[in-house]
Amino acid sequence: MILNLNIMLPEVFLTLSIFGILMIGVFVRNSFSLVFNLTTAIILITIAIILNSPNNAEKIFLESFIRDNFSNFFKVLILISTLFVLNSSKAFIFDNKINKFEYPIIILISILGMFFMLSSNDLILFYLGLEMQSLALYILASIDRDNTRSTESGLKYFVLSALSSGLLLYGCSLLYGFTGTTNFEQIADQLNKENTGSIFAMVFILVGLAFKVSAVPFHMWTPDVYEGAPTSITSFFAVVPKVAGLALLIKFMLIPFKNILFEWQSIIIFISIASMILGAVAAIVQKNIKRLLAYSSIGHIGYALAGVATGVLPGYESTIVYITIYVVMNIGAFSCLYLMKKDGEYRENISDLSGISKKHPILAFSFLIILFSLAGIPPLAGFFAKFYIFAAVLEQEMYVLAIVGLLTTVISAFYYLKVIKTIYFDDSSIIFDPIKNKIAQITVLISCSILISFFLYPSFLNNIVNTLFVQ
Amino acid sequence: MIEIGLGHYLSLGAIIFFLGVMGIFLNRKNVIVILMSIELILLSVNINLISFSIFSGDIVGQIFTMLILTVAAAEAAIGLAIIVVYYRNRGSIRVEDIHGMKG
Repeated sequence: MILNLNIMLPEVFLTLSIFGILMIGVFVRNSFSLVFNLTTAIILITIAIILNSPNNAEKIFLESFIRDNFSNFFKVLILISTLFVLNSSKAFIFDNKINKFEYPIIILISILGMFFMLSSNDLILFYLGLEMQSLALYILASIDRDNTRSTESGLKYFVLSALSSGLLLYGCSLLYGFTGTTNFEQIADQLNKENTGSIFAMVFILVGLAFKVSAVPFHMWTPDVYEGAPTSITSFFAVVPKVAGLALLIKFMLIPFKNILFEWQSIIIFISIASMILGAVAAIVQKNIKRLLAYSSIGHIGYALAGVATGVLPGYESTIVYITIYVVMNIGAFSCLYLMKKDGEYRENISDLSGISKKHPILAFSFLIILFSLAGIPPLAGFFAKFYIFAAVLEQEMYVLAIVGLLTTVISAFYYLKVIKTIYFDDSSIIFDPIKNKIAQITVLISCSILISFFLYPSFLNNIVNTLFVQ
Repeated sequence: MIEIGLGHYLSLGAIIFFLGVMGIFLNRKNVIVILMSIELILLSVNINLISFSIFSGDIVGQIFTMLILTVAAAEAAIGLAIIVVYYRNRGSIRVEDIHGMKG
């Protein structure tokens, strides 16, 4: 029993600390800063616990919970990105008066849900983890409860997400019916090409997962939620649930659906191509930076799914490298938004950026690096991410996917370059307030320096990712 | 007298599921109806799981159902709470009024 609990120590620790800080939040007056700092400490301790755990794969609780390198890598990635997202947005939270003590606690709860989801080896645990994450995200989207846009985005996210988890759950029930078990490995043994009903189940489950990573045609919520939710929440939405969702897609291909890969692949190829095209085309007309980033993230998920669509380990590895670099780029981009403050109000329109290179050369240069990296221009990290994906796709001789990917890269470069043109060549009209948010500045600095220096030693990330699939 | 078998239960589940999904897409009046449709979807899943569980003699499906009931309750609670805060800001919960952001 104690041995079992040791294996799920990060989850146990996180659960108990959530209880603890919830009590502190309730009984101590004006406890936002205290709870916030404790949350940072909890995240750091959890990272330490995960990094100190042994490397071998272990299954506990009737093989429903699995701890392995794969889930550990994603857990650490989630925790580190949350650390940066939370701390860089602290000043923003105070300025917008959403400094309620529940804020960091609900973020921790959604992380706990993601942990269970990533470690699940059973449909029941998987569904419960997914719901725990989504329920927390509904609240986060509408956390600015006196703001019409925030509550509207929460309502939209709730309705669409509940529908998608309903579809996913229907798929789970069919999968249980056709295979007679909820365990992933036993499902994999039962599923084969003759089992036509399982194709149904697979499609339903894929719909649910595609919604979580906001892939076309289940992307409708993304632009509205990105725009409506407070920027600090948007940056969380853009980064953390996407990482968890993609990890789950890979996990489903690795274990339960490994015998019916062919059917699964053709759907993912379609979703990937549709996401890449929509992400490139729809972003051109956007005027709001958050909406632009929403469409760009749809496009990026398309590229990441192209790696998943290959159905082989090098493809999955390229997807993991891609999503890691995507996280770095997006955290940097959103931290730049925290620095755009004018008369105490945060600006988020592209027109507000016009000509800022004269008055704010450093901010303009950070935008330049991040946008070039998002567009995939060498020698920045975004180029390598795309390069690995295309290499893996071409190795499997999926030329259509590669050609569409390259074309959409060119199209999407257009709108990234348009923003850079606005920053550097348009007439200056705005001077932002002096920057007080030191942590956001540091986050932008870290993000940019990773993006610039990635080409010096690109195999660093690859070496880590290569160890994930070793049993 | 027809024997009621697994197929009948699954058809019932599928019909309720379909009604729930259609309820979300066709409804133009009230957000509460959407909430009810979501509950309908979850209930159809429960019917599926229980009938699979009974007919295969495996208890896991029924345990799954219990957990889904709990999740459905939590989801309805959060959904209603979001609807309440939205109503306070906007003064309406008609589906066609929810269009503050477009593009």
